[in-house]
Amino acid sequence: MSLELLAYCAFFLTVALTYAVIVLGLNVQWGQTGLFNVGVAGFVAVGAYVSALLTSPAVEGRLGGFELPILVGWLGAFAASGLLSALIGWMTIRLRADYLAISTFGIAVTVQLAVLNLEGITGGPFGISLIPRPFGDLAGRSLAFSLANMALLVAVVFGLYLMLQHLAKSPWGRALRAIREDEVAAEALGKSPRRFRIEAFALGGAIMGLGGAAQAHFIGFIAPENYLPMLTFQVWAMLIVGGSGNNRGAILGALLVWALWAASSAVVEALAPAGEQARAASLQTVIIGVALCAILLFRPQGLLPEPGGTRRRLPFLHRWRGTPAATTGSDRT
Amino acid sequence: MSAQILLEGLLAGAMIGLGAVGLTLTYSILRFANFAHGELLSWGAYLSLSLSLAIGAVSGASLAPLDPFSVSVALILAGLLAMALTAVLALAVDHLLFARLRRRGATAIIVVMASFGASMALRSLLEFLYTSKPAYYSRELQIAMPLPGGIRATPDQLLLIGLAFLAVIAVHLLLTRTDLGRAMRAVSENPALAGIVGIDTAKIVRAVWIIGGALACTAGTMSGLLVQIRPYMGFDLLLPLFAAVILGGIGSVPGAMLGGLIVGLCEALAVQTIGAEWRAAVAFAVITVVLVARPTGLFGRAA
Repeated sequence: MSLELLAYCAFFLTVALTYAVIVLGLNVQWGQTGLFNVGVAGFVAVGAYVSALLTSPAVEGRLGGFELPILVGWLGAFAASGLLSALIGWMTIRLRADYLAISTFGIAVTVQLAVLNLEGITGGPFGISLIPRPFGDLAGRSLAFSLANMALLVAVVFGLYLMLQHLAKSPWGRALRAIREDEVAAEALGKSPRRFRIEAFALGGAIMGLGGAAQAHFIGFIAPENYLPMLTFQVWAMLIVGGSGNNRGAILGALLVWALWAASSAVVEALAPAGEQARAASLQTVIIGVALCAILLFRPQGLLPEPGGTRRRLPFLHRWRGTPAATTGSDRT
Repeated sequence: MSAQILLEGLLAGAMIGLGAVGLTLTYSILRFANFAHGELLSWGAYLSLSLSLAIGAVSGASLAPLDPFSVSVALILAGLLAMALTAVLALAVDHLLFARLRRRGATAIIVVMASFGASMALRSLLEFLYTSKPAYYSRELQIAMPLPGGIRATPDQLLLIGLAFLAVIAVHLLLTRTDLGRAMRAVSENPALAGIVGIDTAKIVRAVWIIGGALACTAGTMSGLLVQIRPYMGFDLLLPLFAAVILGGIGSVPGAMLGGLIVGLCEALAVQTIGAEWRAAVAFAVITVVLVARPTGLFGRAA
């Protein structure tokens, strides 16, 4: 095994692990709480841009030049995305479940538009470059640099994993599961569904922002086209394939889907004629889209089911009788 | 607000409203937010394009536009055929995906997620078939005519506004004056009870997809005629469509049309005052205001 290959594997794993962070965040929102976020890309973008602005050197005609340590940038990303999620959650979680889906979709569109057009803050279409990279002084030695970054991301993902596992077992996590399974009973026991849901949504969003920051610092450059709906779609595919509600599944799904994505992209590049690259890439997306639907149809629990059995699926009729379903807020008249 | 902005807003609003009528019906009767609805617009537009080229090639001469419009006889026939085919596409997606999920008793949110996947697949399939290069129904330039009040409009634009309103009035009459419409409203009100009194729910679901698909095709073809045809055209309209549905109140046909007009006017106003690059955020602003101030929308029942 040559050293280049080893360096490439380390690089590949690092990128996959940054996705794993984002998927873990989505798992808090969807897997554990049943909140559907169609705007993952927006929360990731907020984290990436906040961290990049806090840490990158000054550029003529753009806000920035704070050059703070990377850790401060990451914490800022965590806080900023968390705040945005809390705000969205506060606005929509009291309403019907799919309003949250529509609002988060709107947020992602708006965030993307903002980073594209607010040139004085975000650099507009040119993005932000020269983002300080962890272990940047090793950048000349690709193997050492890749391995060091990989170790850092392994530590971050592992730390997050332990924290989330602990949270899931804590009274807070148990209350979340109770609310997801039977809202009425949970409320009768004095747990406020709305408060718990907003907290879970904010925590998940904050983790997504952290993932976005980790990604930005590893690559060293960000631009608006990194945060299109495609990103949301990839992250969802990772969680569904891995098994929603299962943190190990979230990490496994990220590694597996990213590997498939990278491999199929390589195949497309190798086989498609130069003029047909874009066409072949869209066929790749068709296959992934169909695959996601197929998994939802035939194996909704994913590769690693949720520990403690799959959740009770409420039939449609449950909602038609006028009782609030598992994921809807209380009906407002 | 000048009269010209009013016209721009009316045009955009008529298209958004048309697309939103189908979305509001599927939303209220099938009870999920269909993220693949935008793709029905795109597919409708491309089907019209391919069929009009095919009809033109077969018949040869009738591709000439009907003066003063840029619309040819071939395109009118193609549009009607495409409406039927888009309805078939909607039925096929339902049969392959949504109906199975419904039978399995999946929660609404799982169905929403599946529609998100379907949207991605359908859109990329268009990109694969037609590439992402914009296409046009006709290469003819239309000259805007001066109208009273200092407005300038092309004949096409006036034709489309008229057509959009005719279509919505027809759907509204269908819903309020026919047995099918009454059955549809009954299912949206209480599906279990509707089943008990002998309403064939499966038939209603089919009717909803047919109406929704045909209207989406009309909206998509209009958008293609006025602007251009792109694989992303429907997906980019999805947020304004949802805004129109939520603003009008889920399930209300006149509400969806009115919501579409308001969103269209807000967009035209924003383009004029803030700049065209922020157009896409207008719909989100509308959604936010409605959700905070009046979640039931203008004509809606409890959210």
